[in-house]
Amino acid sequence: MLGYLARRIALLVPTVIGITIAAFAFIRLLPGDPILALAGQHGVTAERYEILKEQFGFNRPIWEQYFDYLQNVLHGDFGISLSSKRPVLEEFLTRFPATLELSLCAIIFAVALGIPAGVFAATQRGKFGDQALMGTALVGYSMPIFWWGLLLIMFFSGFLGWTPVSGRISLMYYFPSVTGFMLIDSLLSGQKGAFASAASHLVLPAIVLGTIPLAVIARQTRSAMLEVLGEDYVRTARAKGLSPFAVIGIHALRNALIPVITVIGLMVGTLLAGAILTETIFSWPGIGKWMVDSIFRRDYPVVQGGLMLIAMIVMLVNLIVDMLYGLINPRIRRQ
Amino acid sequence: MSQPANAKIAGKPGSEPSARRRVFAEFWFYFSENRGAVIGFWFFVALVAIAILAPVLAPYAPNQQYRDALLSPPAWQEGGRWEFLLGTDAVGRDLLSRLIYGSRFSLFIGCVVVSLAMTGGVIIGLIAGYFRGWIDIVIMRIMDIILAFPSLLLALVLVAILGPGLLNAMIAIAIVLQPHFVRLTRASVMSESTREYVTSARVAGASPFYLMTRTILPNCLGPVIVQATLSFSNAILDAAALGFLGMGAQPPTPEWGTMLAEAREFILRAWWVVTFPGIAILVTVLAINLMGDGLRDALDPKLKRS
Repeated sequence: MLGYLARRIALLVPTVIGITIAAFAFIRLLPGDPILALAGQHGVTAERYEILKEQFGFNRPIWEQYFDYLQNVLHGDFGISLSSKRPVLEEFLTRFPATLELSLCAIIFAVALGIPAGVFAATQRGKFGDQALMGTALVGYSMPIFWWGLLLIMFFSGFLGWTPVSGRISLMYYFPSVTGFMLIDSLLSGQKGAFASAASHLVLPAIVLGTIPLAVIARQTRSAMLEVLGEDYVRTARAKGLSPFAVIGIHALRNALIPVITVIGLMVGTLLAGAILTETIFSWPGIGKWMVDSIFRRDYPVVQGGLMLIAMIVMLVNLIVDMLYGLINPRIRRQ
Repeated sequence: MSQPANAKIAGKPGSEPSARRRVFAEFWFYFSENRGAVIGFWFFVALVAIAILAPVLAPYAPNQQYRDALLSPPAWQEGGRWEFLLGTDAVGRDLLSRLIYGSRFSLFIGCVVVSLAMTGGVIIGLIAGYFRGWIDIVIMRIMDIILAFPSLLLALVLVAILGPGLLNAMIAIAIVLQPHFVRLTRASVMSESTREYVTSARVAGASPFYLMTRTILPNCLGPVIVQATLSFSNAILDAAALGFLGMGAQPPTPEWGTMLAEAREFILRAWWVVTFPGIAILVTVLAINLMGDGLRDALDPKLKRS
């Protein structure tokens, strides 16, 4: 297992270097001059321009600039945001919990509905229940989630008036951030109604972000269950006289879940892409909205650092999923 | 691709008309067994017809403004007018006409993106899978780097580099989608190249180029076609998302995602400007995905009847 881990990490090294090069190249490929962008509307004099150029190191060979940049990144220095003048890493860390909380709730929603739906569809194979559920899943899978979000806002916030339209919690509540998760912090604060407010802000974005994962999980669970239900040990369990519930819930589902868990783990990229749209629609102060805003503001250091941090997270999660899969399924390790 | 066993030896699968017809008949048999796929197929045909006939079908020009009918609701609702069946938007343009013209953009986006991504991806995958060695390593590491970024985020950043607009959005989406074709082609080329029919063609003196393009490639196309349908719907969704974020087609283009972006501020006042463009996107993507499911059943023998 350690050898497998070492091999996997060795394979990642060129990818990580590639990601840093891609993010580094990005700022140089963008149209416009970063110094002029930094100077803003007032502009700079020619002398000041030269001084700044030297200060930022733009007059040195490109590879030297890259190695400097790499060194800074390795020390945790991703540069300073042009708009807020705060370190990029610090900005990222203050916004990341919001995205994490949203993504976790979305995945919980998707798993809680998707796995039972998939199991049920598999047991009803070919019947009406199966067709209806899989039809619905395909609709969910085809959903333009930005429109789905608008539709839910229109109905639940506009027509019924049940949920707020944007943000993480009502402005009436203020409490210190302990975990960064609004649901937990609001409980810890002990303020009356704070948790309900946080939950009502979270429910629609979580549904929107969880819709495509829900469809994928339901479809995957169904096909994994169908495969497992044909296995000999399931027939044995049935022949032993176990109740259908025990056969499906204990013997079959446990084995069907392995590919499903892998799919869930590999969904982190989908979630982060979905977070860009979901957070924009609901003004959710997470890293998706932060990235979109920064792209529009041409806040280059943020886009560069954010790209790199997000890619690293995706890779790290994929590595962990691979490891877990190798742990469950020893055959993979020897390949 | 389950039939051409005898054709494979010759290196030209299905070269005779009768063999080709048989392959097609078998394909259609499996495809038409999936009812959803057939519905999706006919819907797609209808959409193509709508796109081609847009100037005939649409009651008005897509950008024609009617100042006396701003945000007029659909005809069946109180205050609606029958000359504007699905209502009008905030500057008095007929929604139905814009939706009809919008189908042209979605199909165009899908075709261009898939052609770009598939051509590039298949060529690169063919090279990586056939030559292996360091070429393969370099290519696959680059694909890993592209895949490490969430697709929409990378597309957004690429559009920021290239400049907002429909053409650049299509290029960006093609770049983001193409690693999937590379991986798929590479994997099937690798499994096919060790087969006997390839060895026999090589022994017979076929050049590497001939082997790659005429012997191996036709037998790897099944999964690539399935991936192409999936990418077609992804391209439409991503282009609409970029349009929605203001980085794709620019107003007043009647692209469905861009229409949604313009409609956003009227969300609580005029449900129709938000609802209909979204339904158009959803139904189009759904039809293509239904078709993709049927294609997979028909083209992938491993998954047949699962």
